[in-house]
Amino acid sequence: MRQRFETLIDALLPVIATLAALAVGALMLLALKVNPIEAYAALWDGAFGSTNALAETLVKATPLLLVALGICISFRGDVINIGGEGQMIIGAVLATWVGLTFTGLPGWLVITLAMVAGFTGGAVWGGVPGVLKAYFNVNEILSTVMMNAIAVQLMNFLLRGPMIDPSQAQLASKIPQTARLEDAFHLARLAPTRLHLGALIAVILAILVYILLWRTTLGFRIRAVGQSPFASRYAGIKVPRYMVLALLLSGAFAGLAGAVQVYGVNYRMITDGSASGFTGSAGFNGIVAALFGQLHPLWSIPASILFGALLVGANSMQRMVQVPSALITVLNGLVVVFVVSSEIWRRRRQRRRMAAAPEAESPSKPDQAQVRKEAKS
Amino acid sequence: MTDPTNKLPSGRTRIDSLEMRGITKRFPGVLASDHVDFDVQSGEVHALLGENGAGKSTLMKILYGLYHPDEGEVLLNGKPVSIASPNDSINLGIGMIHQHFMLVPSLTIAENVALGLPSSRGLLTDLDQVSKRIVELADIYGLRIDPSLYVWQLSVGQQQRVEIIKALYRGAALLILDEPTAVLTPQEVDELFVIMRQMVKDGHALIFISHKLHEVVEISNRVTVLRDGRKIGTRPTSEITKQDLANWMVGREVGFAPDRGNVECGEARLELKNVSCGSDRGTPGLRGVSMEVCSGEILGIAGVSGNGQRELAETIAGLRKVIGGQVILEGKDVTGLSPAALTDRMLSYIPEERMRDGVIKEFTVAENMILREHEKMPYSRMGFLNLGEISRHADELIKKFQVKTPSRETHAKNLSGGNIQKVVLAREIYRTPRVIIAAQPTRGLDIGATEYVRERLLEQRRNGVAIMLISEDLDEILALSDRIAVLYEGRIMDIVPREQATPQKLGLLMAGVHLEENASVVK
Repeated sequence: MRQRFETLIDALLPVIATLAALAVGALMLLALKVNPIEAYAALWDGAFGSTNALAETLVKATPLLLVALGICISFRGDVINIGGEGQMIIGAVLATWVGLTFTGLPGWLVITLAMVAGFTGGAVWGGVPGVLKAYFNVNEILSTVMMNAIAVQLMNFLLRGPMIDPSQAQLASKIPQTARLEDAFHLARLAPTRLHLGALIAVILAILVYILLWRTTLGFRIRAVGQSPFASRYAGIKVPRYMVLALLLSGAFAGLAGAVQVYGVNYRMITDGSASGFTGSAGFNGIVAALFGQLHPLWSIPASILFGALLVGANSMQRMVQVPSALITVLNGLVVVFVVSSEIWRRRRQRRRMAAAPEAESPSKPDQAQVRKEAKS
Repeated sequence: MTDPTNKLPSGRTRIDSLEMRGITKRFPGVLASDHVDFDVQSGEVHALLGENGAGKSTLMKILYGLYHPDEGEVLLNGKPVSIASPNDSINLGIGMIHQHFMLVPSLTIAENVALGLPSSRGLLTDLDQVSKRIVELADIYGLRIDPSLYVWQLSVGQQQRVEIIKALYRGAALLILDEPTAVLTPQEVDELFVIMRQMVKDGHALIFISHKLHEVVEISNRVTVLRDGRKIGTRPTSEITKQDLANWMVGREVGFAPDRGNVECGEARLELKNVSCGSDRGTPGLRGVSMEVCSGEILGIAGVSGNGQRELAETIAGLRKVIGGQVILEGKDVTGLSPAALTDRMLSYIPEERMRDGVIKEFTVAENMILREHEKMPYSRMGFLNLGEISRHADELIKKFQVKTPSRETHAKNLSGGNIQKVVLAREIYRTPRVIIAAQPTRGLDIGATEYVRERLLEQRRNGVAIMLISEDLDEILALSDRIAVLYEGRIMDIVPREQATPQKLGLLMAGVHLEENASVVK
């Protein structure tokens, strides 16, 4: 009975954490002399209130989900990919280049090529830190973040120079953007809204990633390496190779997210000089969505929709009740902080439960918690 | 024992009696301690005996203040006391010697003893005074120790003495010794027993935790047996036999000598020729080891922990780089081959750290069963796992190897040590290996599981498999091996046929003492 209760709490934890974040947000709204109920009503309305609102939420959720799928793979392999932003950019750049170069080819072919290009670009951008980690022991958190910086500057350079829109190149005030993709190359719309084929692709890929992780030997190995490099090595798995693969696949999905953004939403690349100007921070928010979805590709679908809804609904909240846009960022941040810390809390609780149970494994070895306790005393 | 001053030689007040009454401790789903009564008097060794999970550790952790009992009370000299933390228990004069030493290798003995204690000089250290006191205590108890030595310079037995000094320094009148002999050579065990007898004579109370019956019989005055969290009984040791104790512990009849059967030694399956490798610390791990293991033979590798056993196993399994020499498997040079390649050549390996290397804790039993061969038919095809076959395989092995698990989908971390070892054993034996490397295969297992593992190894031997058994448990080596090689500082001291091996002889070899007849062979 108690056991079941605890499992239930674990499962509902992200939801509880979200509600707690919204509660803290409500206090802030009160401090700004805004009625929180009204504000949250506006948020809900903006995210789900109409077909259009719902479509916008899904449009925002699409890149989040694609990034999250990659994160599921890498985190399951115990490699941390913070380079989603850079991988998205490189994927988008390559995909855009394909669309602007092969103008004579049929639309479906160019789109396919562009998606492959995006996938490959992200894979390279993720694979490099992967190789560095696996064979040179370079911390992947640092290297992926650094790769983000490189990607942004590469994008800025390309969009101001080699890839600039020819019509802009003539002007004195050059806007750093590429030419617009031909209409035939745009991803199909799914409804008379901005919702595009990318959303469907993302959901299908979520199922495929699920199959990859739990139904293939590749996924088996990535998970094995993630859980125990020692046991994996002993079982004959080439551990470094699967670390690289995990990071590479993770990057590939982010790269695909970048390509989908260009072909489904913007139809061109444009930069304001920052990474988030293009990605909308999906490379980071995708990590949160994946963690929120317990690193499970299928659970990442609702998680991505939730964060998409927050992003879209926040805009409408800003319009309706005139809260400063900074508060929206704060609200997103709160959800992240609460969800991530609830996850840490859950793990610690689990460890405590494990420690409390009479040692099933090796009774001779004092567990860490006790060693610490004794050291303190 | 009837010292009227009521003082111990260390100057502390004696603990005349300590009594635990009706101690009950529940963990989610388990009753770890069920109304257990336990007492110990000044001047006696009270042995606490039981299989893993019987509740010995729980009981002692309650006494040491690491756990809090749900019911029951602790009485010191007849008065109830409350022990909320190890601090309280230390203040009451209770000390604990953990099986895994709590020492900092890069500090001296004096520094280790002083660690965590207030200095008599405030912010300045008082190591000279600590050293003086250590020498005093060492003299009283015959511990022979130089406080200025660094802990890394000490042998395991000496480190244990430091732990004892540490407890005495903190004023322990009652000492809990948690499996103190597990890491010692037979000679070191004898020395420890001398010290223990001295302490008892001086009026200390000692609690001795062990599952080695002969030691319990040798050293203790009384023995209490626990099983499944319940106390089975307490008896004066003189009134009980080893066989009775074993039956008490397990709750059924236990056979002592495994049936070895007669097996003809066949061709050499595994040969090492002058193999050298490094250790994790960058020092030499193996220094030119040569030996062969034949079909139908168990070659026991004895030695004190840290003399190259781990390196030996890992080198053969392809996990450690060979610096010099050759490893030959069934006549073919396999030096430097990957673990996967060795798996294909039918080498099986039961790793020393089964929780770390043997299984993946977060994987299910079924997944762990195919860890080594997941990419092979019929467990997978074209890169896709065949879940039906994997499940069928897991169910078959669970049944065949009597793995106690709620289901094949249970995570390995939720299994007991013995059942985890059965999972490893099942995986490694089912593939009909040609050679098995078994590293500490029964360490930390209870009697029932130990018996099972040994029986399976002997069965493999009867099937003609060549087995290398690496163990720190000399009794195990003696019971199972056909020949015994002793490792000392990365070298083979000698290889002795079982008939000629005695604990004394092996003990000397394990301590690096050359036996006279081969003193001329090895320098």
